[in-house]
Amino acid sequence: MNDQAQLLPGTLDLLILRAVSLGPLHGYGILLRIGQISGNALLIEQGALYPGLFRLVRQGLLKADWGTSDNNRRAKFYELTAAGRKRLREETKSWNRLAGAIASALGPQPEQV
Amino acid sequence: MSLFPSIRFRLAALFQRSELRTDLDDEQRSHIQLRADDLERSGLPRPEAERRARIEFGGREKYKEEIHASLGGNLMATMIQDIRYSLRVLLKSPGFTIAAILTLALAIGANAVVFGLLDALILRPLNVPNPQTLYTIEHGPDKSEGESYLDYLDLRDRNRTFESLILYNIIEVGFDTGANPSRSMGYEVSGNYFDALGIQPWLGRFFHGADEHGPNSAPYMVISYPYWHSRFHDDRGIVGRVIQVDKHPFTVVGVAPPSFNGTLLFFFPDFWAPVVNHEQFGGGDVLNIRNEQDFIMAFGHLKPGVTPAQAIVDLNSVGAWLEKTYPKTDAHMTFTLARPSLAGDLLGPPVRGFVAALMLLAGLILLAACANLGSLFAARAADRSREIALRLALGSSRRRILRAVFTEALLVSLAGGTLGLFGSIALLRALSVWHPSPRYPIIVPVAPGASVYWAALLLALASGFLFGVVPVRQILRTNAYEVVKAGSAGVVAGSTGRRITLRDVLLVLQIAICAVLVTSSLVAVRGLLQSMHSNWGFDPQNAMVLDSDLSMAGYTGENVPAMQRRMINALQAIPGVTSVGLIDELPLNGGAPNEDVFTDETTDMVPAKAAAHTINYKISPDYFHAAGTTLLRGRDLTWHDDNNSPAVAVVNEEFARKMFGSVDNAIGRFFKPEIGTRLQVVGVVENGKYWQMTENQKPAIFISFLQSPANASSIVVRSNRDPQQLAADIRTALREQDRGLPFELLTWSDQLSWALVPSRVATVALGVLGIMGSILAITGIFGLAACSVSRRLREIGIRMALGAQRREVLGAALGRAIKLLLVGSVAGLLLGVLAGRVLAYLVYQANPRDPFVLTGVVVAMAFLGLVATWIPAQRALSVNPLVLLRED
Repeated sequence: MNDQAQLLPGTLDLLILRAVSLGPLHGYGILLRIGQISGNALLIEQGALYPGLFRLVRQGLLKADWGTSDNNRRAKFYELTAAGRKRLREETKSWNRLAGAIASALGPQPEQV
Repeated sequence: MSLFPSIRFRLAALFQRSELRTDLDDEQRSHIQLRADDLERSGLPRPEAERRARIEFGGREKYKEEIHASLGGNLMATMIQDIRYSLRVLLKSPGFTIAAILTLALAIGANAVVFGLLDALILRPLNVPNPQTLYTIEHGPDKSEGESYLDYLDLRDRNRTFESLILYNIIEVGFDTGANPSRSMGYEVSGNYFDALGIQPWLGRFFHGADEHGPNSAPYMVISYPYWHSRFHDDRGIVGRVIQVDKHPFTVVGVAPPSFNGTLLFFFPDFWAPVVNHEQFGGGDVLNIRNEQDFIMAFGHLKPGVTPAQAIVDLNSVGAWLEKTYPKTDAHMTFTLARPSLAGDLLGPPVRGFVAALMLLAGLILLAACANLGSLFAARAADRSREIALRLALGSSRRRILRAVFTEALLVSLAGGTLGLFGSIALLRALSVWHPSPRYPIIVPVAPGASVYWAALLLALASGFLFGVVPVRQILRTNAYEVVKAGSAGVVAGSTGRRITLRDVLLVLQIAICAVLVTSSLVAVRGLLQSMHSNWGFDPQNAMVLDSDLSMAGYTGENVPAMQRRMINALQAIPGVTSVGLIDELPLNGGAPNEDVFTDETTDMVPAKAAAHTINYKISPDYFHAAGTTLLRGRDLTWHDDNNSPAVAVVNEEFARKMFGSVDNAIGRFFKPEIGTRLQVVGVVENGKYWQMTENQKPAIFISFLQSPANASSIVVRSNRDPQQLAADIRTALREQDRGLPFELLTWSDQLSWALVPSRVATVALGVLGIMGSILAITGIFGLAACSVSRRLREIGIRMALGAQRREVLGAALGRAIKLLLVGSVAGLLLGVLAGRVLAYLVYQANPRDPFVLTGVVVAMAFLGLVATWIPAQRALSVNPLVLLRED
């Protein structure tokens, strides 16, 4: 368990958007998808997903509808809206910029070698 | 967002809340089911799979809260939730809740009452336009409010800083509207009175400065709204009617508006009449005597832009002119200004001082109550530390818990405030209809209004925050893990240290306040009791007093003493009456005629050469007998001391000593009054109280009413008969003499109750505050003692198991509480003795060093301590170490 990284604040929303961008998913499905695309490297407490989902729906980035899961359970499915898709693009870009900058800052520097 | 849509949105959110909640529940449940399905597939049995799924999900309520918190309607929703929760918690411990609410109700109620007084007597100006520029003039080093009429005229015409100088004087007249002659009190005023104040008539018109054309030229009268209502039953035909005032015809020209009740806060006049007619009000020729300087009070609006300092300079230059022009009569004509509403410096400083002191005490009581409730809440928080820790552990935020605690505090304080406010309104209403004097239309003009309600609400909220804040640190510091692991002992360990805590300081303060209050109320009660039984120079028991003024029935000149003599004879003839005596003004009845006297050798009779300032009574020969005043030397006045005999006087002991060195020396000696012939002393009587209870001994002289007539007649009728029957006989006897003479008949004791009003009020107020302070001190000490016993139960148990004696156990459990009690009491006692000195001005014979008082305070405080620590002590002693140690 300890090899899993704690989520940086604010990144959960980005992960949710990314997970849903590949097609409508229910909450549990989103968790599984995040695990899958991140190689199970991130630690997310399951319940913590829902306040995030609720927030995104209220911001109009996601829309939600009750439906039926593969194994015939009633579940709420989330789907990206146009605004959500746009937001995902912007956030991804700015995240990459940030990550690149931090990675290069923390990478081996000539004078340290 | 503007206010209205915002509210609508919040309300909508409130209603959608339950819908949202079920939706969230469904979703969470669905999630757990899906997860459980997966776990089941990986080989777990279904129940185990569902359990694991729930654990993995985490705190469901916490996430729901988080979602709610992100919603707009959250504030109101959680507030209602908090309130419901707090109500439930409070109702679960009704004893604590009732005690807390009552404590606050008392404290806030007391504050609201005192604030009502403060508001009515000090904060609120007179109900006239532009009250802030209204000033009353006082002169001389002792700030006398009285001026003579002639001085007033000069001041009015020669000053350049007042818009228009007004005068007024309180008078009492006989009103005769055809039936039922009655006495009535009002103002005689200068013609410019209403115009200068800017008051408009309710009915008819007012009189004006232009109506004055010399003595007795303006027989007009304006009546007050309440008097119009009570005496004339709102009869609009009153305007233009002629009524008999002291047997002189006066025309009622108008009625004053209901909002205007004269220019003194506490004295509502029945009428206003022009001062130029003073002679017709039985006043004699005072208008033309310049050194009649107690006569009228003068006040007015300053001109726009004029400061009080400029006005004083201006008045003083007029004063210098007066001193130069009239050296015989005018001395010390330097002026000061004061607010007119409390008769300037006559009543202002004592009233202000008294109300300010009350406000301070009431404020201290509220502070003590808050300290008390604060420690109670802290103790409760400590008791509930396990619950709080559990809530924290289950994911509740500290903020939420703090909010719940504050909600509780505010609920208690609002309930207490409301209760206190209702109580104070009732009390203020009662005060406003209270007539402390049987003779004067004196009222306490308190009307509980919006300002009082606001004050109570603010006080309630402020005190709620004040005592709600106390347990905050405790909750913020709670370490959920430690508490759940170690039990409640874990949290309190930090606060049982030896250092002095805020709570200790608050408690000492509170006990000190209580001791101050107990000391001062004991001083006041003791002083009151002593003044009831002290020697007043007369005996009010078994005597009735008939109060009248012959000028009200039209008697003048020689007719006055003749009628007075007839009245005395008629009363003397009533069976069972032992003696009857007449005096122009009863002692301790609000006023005492006084004048300067000179030695027989003085020729230049100016105020500066006066040998003494003495009270000057006119009496009938048998007065001393009827009043129960002891004659020390010489003889009483007789019926032969009339206009055909040499002028003589009886003087009191103080006068004899002051003028002639000793009582024996005085008999047969002469002295000169301000006006009239030299007087020979024929007798000396014992000293007495004349003007008020707390006065220093004053000199007094008594002259025969045959030699120096007076219209005012108070006749003392001494008899052992039942006052009611006697009163009926007195009335009949008097009717036979003159049907048209208005009079009042009271027992002398009732008449005197007026003189005791200030000390009674002080005693009652201090007594009530003292009792409240005691209650608070008891609950405070009790709280501390109970808390320290329950915290140290285990320690006590161990000590007892190791063989500690009862005394040691008690010492351990209650030592701190008792130490605080001692410190507080000693501090309070010392402060109380200091406060007692202030009290000596209000309460006759108040002596804080009285051993009775000191013992009383010590006993009272010890008793309070005993009451407060009794139950905790019992609890500490009944500790069964075996049971206790096995429990944890």
